[in-house]
Amino acid sequence: MSVDLATVKRVARLARIAVSEDEAERMVGELNGILGFVEQLGEVDVTGVEPMTSVMPMVMRKRADEVTDGSKADDIVANAPSTDRNFFLVPKVVE
Amino acid sequence: MTELTSLTIAEAREKLKAKDITAVELTQAYVDAIQAANGALNAYVAVTPEKALGMARASDERIATGKAGALEGIPLGIKDLFGTRDVHTQACSHILDRFQPKYESTVTQNLWNDGAVMLGKLNMDEFAMGSSNETSYYGPVINPWRAEDSNQQLVPGGSSGGSAAAVAAQLCAGATATDTGGSIRQPAAFTGTVGIKPTYGRCSRWGVVAFASSLDQAGPIARDVRDAAILLKSMASVDAKDTTSVDLPVPDYENSLGQSVKGMRIGIPKEYRIDGMPEEIEALWQQGVTWLKDAGAEIVDISLPHTKYALPAYYIVAPAEASSNLARYDGVRYGLRVDGSDIVDMYEKTRAAGFGQEVKRRIMIGTYVLSAGYYDAYYLQAQKVRTLIKRDFEQVFDAGVDAILTPATPSSAFGVADEAFAADPVKMYLNDIFTVTVNMAGLPGIAVPAGLDHRGLPLGLQLIGKPFEEETLFKTAHVIEQAAGRFTPKKWW
Repeated sequence: MSVDLATVKRVARLARIAVSEDEAERMVGELNGILGFVEQLGEVDVTGVEPMTSVMPMVMRKRADEVTDGSKADDIVANAPSTDRNFFLVPKVVE
Repeated sequence: MTELTSLTIAEAREKLKAKDITAVELTQAYVDAIQAANGALNAYVAVTPEKALGMARASDERIATGKAGALEGIPLGIKDLFGTRDVHTQACSHILDRFQPKYESTVTQNLWNDGAVMLGKLNMDEFAMGSSNETSYYGPVINPWRAEDSNQQLVPGGSSGGSAAAVAAQLCAGATATDTGGSIRQPAAFTGTVGIKPTYGRCSRWGVVAFASSLDQAGPIARDVRDAAILLKSMASVDAKDTTSVDLPVPDYENSLGQSVKGMRIGIPKEYRIDGMPEEIEALWQQGVTWLKDAGAEIVDISLPHTKYALPAYYIVAPAEASSNLARYDGVRYGLRVDGSDIVDMYEKTRAAGFGQEVKRRIMIGTYVLSAGYYDAYYLQAQKVRTLIKRDFEQVFDAGVDAILTPATPSSAFGVADEAFAADPVKMYLNDIFTVTVNMAGLPGIAVPAGLDHRGLPLGLQLIGKPFEEETLFKTAHVIEQAAGRFTPKKWW
């Protein structure tokens, strides 16, 4: 499989990365190079093989469902580029 | 008196204990060394001398009152991927501009709990995506090694290039690093240092900036095998905050050094003899075989038939996980924001400006292979191949092999801004051809220096072990180190 310019632009949109026309054109070649490289996986016979879900056999540890953390609103917004009191500010999304 | 910065961790530990030196003296020596060298090497992206000297003073007090920890007063460098409270933590990306977390990663907290001193944050490939440290927003790290009769600048490998260069150039006693496809072992091999990627789950991933969560593991880069053993003992722990961290006791890895390898079965996988591999790498591998045979180990030829599929499977699994992990960088909660006409425009402009080319490339690949209609063909197929790669190793271990010996890298360090690598991303990816299988199978792997090539540049061997048998790796790597000696670059900076 290979990607064309329209696909690259669609994927960039899905990934929320703005790309210029030049960048998108360059990416067509780069992505096809990588996709060409991974294409060889198709030749492996995987009949009856389970996909890996956990690299080490382990049972998921669970903890009691109780509050163990919190009251850190100042810490949580400390690194945000734009805040008002303890709120993150974003461009208007509702008219 | 020898220079303080030339002491290994084990040597410094003895001198601190005997009160021959103080932690403040040792730390000051490193701070001075960094100041003198970092302009040339670019190994550190943030130096924290005041914090370091404060920690060193506290160490000296604990030593004086008999409360010293296992790493008391030992100055370390920390890869920029580890969250360090109120200190520069950016994964060397523009998108995390000015990010200083309000928390500490479990691995670094373990080190501070044992008395270690933080010198600063080390350069790396952006989000750990790279094999040459050239994708860093802060510019490339320069390898302290140069070829004989050449002034050409070489890369230290990546992504833990700053960690490896700082250890080799004696700008820290040891360093933390992380390894997703070879990011500890390849730079260790390029700089004549020792690097171990422990078994998946041995170190907590909590507070470490995520790249590919099913592959990422933290580990140390150190000057010798003993120092690597000392550091891993402190870094490893079970952690309630990372459910994939394993609840097994952490052994005293140092105790395995000096133990005999007599009767051990060392596997030599034929699939690692790749086309176009330089003769010196083949010769180095043979030399490793001879050393282990001389020490009483039994050498057996083995086959790991799915080896060639590890790298292509990795370039589906890792970007897929990365595209999901890196979705959080949206210009809202931390770091860079570039304003746009609406919220989506803001996201897209922020991510376009904040991520470098390699990171964008991998997010795009990951987004594509996970997108509707392609998931089965790419991601599901890669995860099935991953099962087969792991099964290859299990069958070999079940047949009685104790550890596997391979070259660490297909070449020695290459030049900064190498045109062939710049033109072809896949060529750069091939750097990890011997290391990436280990991440795909979750196994421990260690890179240990084994010699110099014809240009006088270090080359490493890799040992791969069974899950949670890091002790076997330390023991065997120590035998190689005893035979090969240690390698230190000539100071030119």
